[in-house]
Amino acid sequence: MDKFDKLTAVAAPLPLINVDTDMIIPARFLKTIKRTGLGAGLFSTLRFNEDGSDREDFVLNKPAYKDAEILIAGENFGCGSSREHAPWALLDYGIKCIIAPSFADIFYNNSSKNGILLVQLPKEEIDKLMENAERGANATLSIDLGAQEITGSDGVVIKFEINKFKKHCLLNGLDDIGLTMQKDDKINNYEERLRIAQPW
Amino acid sequence: MNKAITLYDKLWNSHIVDEQEDGTCLIYIDRHLIHEVTSPQAFDGLRKEGRNVRRTDLTLAVADHNVPTTDRSVPIADNESRIQIETLEKNCADFGVELYSMNDIRQGICHVIGPEQGFTLPGTTLVCGDSHTATHGAFGSMSFGIGTSEVEHVLATQTLLLTKCRNMRVTVNGAIPRGITAKDLILAVIGKIGTAGGTGAAIEFAGDAFKSLTMEGRMTVCNMTIEAGARVGLFAPDETTFTYLKGRPKSPKAGAWETAIEYWKTLTTDEGAVFDEEIVMDASDIQPQVTWGTSPEDVTTIGARVPNPADEPDENRRNKMERSLEYMGLEAGTLMEDIKINAAFIGSCTNSRIEDMRAAAEIAKGRKVAVGVQALVVPGSGLVKELAEQEGLDQIFIDAGFEWRDAGCSMCLAMNADKLKPGERAASTSNRNFEGRQGPGGRTHLVSPAMAAAAAITGHLTDVRNLE
Ligand code: SF4
Repeated sequence: MDKFDKLTAVAAPLPLINVDTDMIIPARFLKTIKRTGLGAGLFSTLRFNEDGSDREDFVLNKPAYKDAEILIAGENFGCGSSREHAPWALLDYGIKCIIAPSFADIFYNNSSKNGILLVQLPKEEIDKLMENAERGANATLSIDLGAQEITGSDGVVIKFEINKFKKHCLLNGLDDIGLTMQKDDKINNYEERLRIAQPW
Repeated sequence: MNKAITLYDKLWNSHIVDEQEDGTCLIYIDRHLIHEVTSPQAFDGLRKEGRNVRRTDLTLAVADHNVPTTDRSVPIADNESRIQIETLEKNCADFGVELYSMNDIRQGICHVIGPEQGFTLPGTTLVCGDSHTATHGAFGSMSFGIGTSEVEHVLATQTLLLTKCRNMRVTVNGAIPRGITAKDLILAVIGKIGTAGGTGAAIEFAGDAFKSLTMEGRMTVCNMTIEAGARVGLFAPDETTFTYLKGRPKSPKAGAWETAIEYWKTLTTDEGAVFDEEIVMDASDIQPQVTWGTSPEDVTTIGARVPNPADEPDENRRNKMERSLEYMGLEAGTLMEDIKINAAFIGSCTNSRIEDMRAAAEIAKGRKVAVGVQALVVPGSGLVKELAEQEGLDQIFIDAGFEWRDAGCSMCLAMNADKLKPGERAASTSNRNFEGRQGPGGRTHLVSPAMAAAAAITGHLTDVRNLE
């Protein structure tokens, strides 16, 4: 996975709560056996009319936001299915960071394993970021994961929290599997104990 | 000193392989279910790195999401669906993983076949690249859905890096009233705590009402804990659990069985253990449930009316409600019972087990599906189908005008040919009423199997208690 260190980009407001994974990427796009190319189906129902043309009212279709790499969203973002196709679609489209008051658990895990930074902030902070993003002028944010800071174009700095291990992996683009395989002895020992205690 | 701990704590503690400074733990995974949608990229990853499947004996694969529920002797028409299933077959053959292929009688929805085969056992950790893996918690198994990167991680190492959930307990006291099912209980719980109410939590279900449920009922409850945002749902294993598991193909055999039971009996929350959050409800308050919106928390009772967004003080929620009602094509104030349907779907990992089939058949018996309604019954596995046929349920359904199909996910997520057309409305026993979930533009009302059958018969959402 790619490293996430610093990012300065346009933030698009998506003021919806409970944005579910079916909304992020509908099931009909899950038939692929690859990780790439899913950006074309991102937010498909919100983004396109039935005839395939762009829906003008959708934020990522508006000129000011079409290059957005950051999303500001409502509570419980990513709820629903465990499909990793959701972060793959976001990433493929170019979204690298999502800021919301809360995220669904599985989505949170899946995103960090693909190098997407999810920032959880109190609702009041989100409301402000959302308002700024909606104004367009202030839509650019700078994110510094190392310093755990978001800076708006007006210079206001917001601090955020993140799990230390997740941060370490994101900053270094680390693959969990390689790290775990270094613990092979411990896994072997565990399996040996299990074989004796639970022979069924 | 011995500290009183919860069932979840016990399961967690007994699976720690390693603990990092920040509290992240490497957790051992005892059972891994695989299906065709979320595994191809994981096998690809293994291949690229030259890695093997560490424990093929703890891994079981099945194709369920894309399989047709009609004639399986002909090739799957949809190219991509076929490729996905063929890819699973090839991956399992290459890596030595056991697979129930499409024409095996044991084939079915992964969350139905795991328990059915005795693959799911108390005291284990069980994962699958599917959010409804929470289902297996009905057995006192710490089970949860994972993404594809995690599938790859488990295949390669038989472990996962996890942080512990908080402990939550939902107690429903009292006896379950007539006409109320496990589905109504869990929908009522979700209505109360919301789809994010359980975020970061492992929920243990307790109280007489939950305890009195059969294994099928407990699976329905745990299945939908994910709709309350929780990662894990749990029932403490008891005699009901042991009776269900005895003699299943992958259950412990005689000799080991006794030792296993002895251990399983220790899997309860200690007296005096403290939960981070407790919810207590009374079974006698629970009515048949039905959803009106596009999130499982948009639920009400069958006797109620479609709620009015104007009554919602929170702006975000009000907007969401308006959007939901517009999508659902509903007017605030309409009686739920007056909502007409075009389709009924009885199936999915929530409600496709033998008891669900029986409950729906009881309502269908001697009645006819309303004109203009398409009613689908999709058993959860080939074995459920076979048993139902032995009991003559298939004939009851067919006589009443229901379609009797082959096992799979089917219209639960509409990846195969079974889907709603834009604007069509279904009474569905599945677990998600998200926009487009059962087909683009399709509208879903979540209900119990008996309620879905009742709606199919009358042509509109119906209080099943008036039909019995
Ligand atoms: S039946 Fe529905 S919810 Fe269950 S595994 Fe299949 S698609 Fe997922």
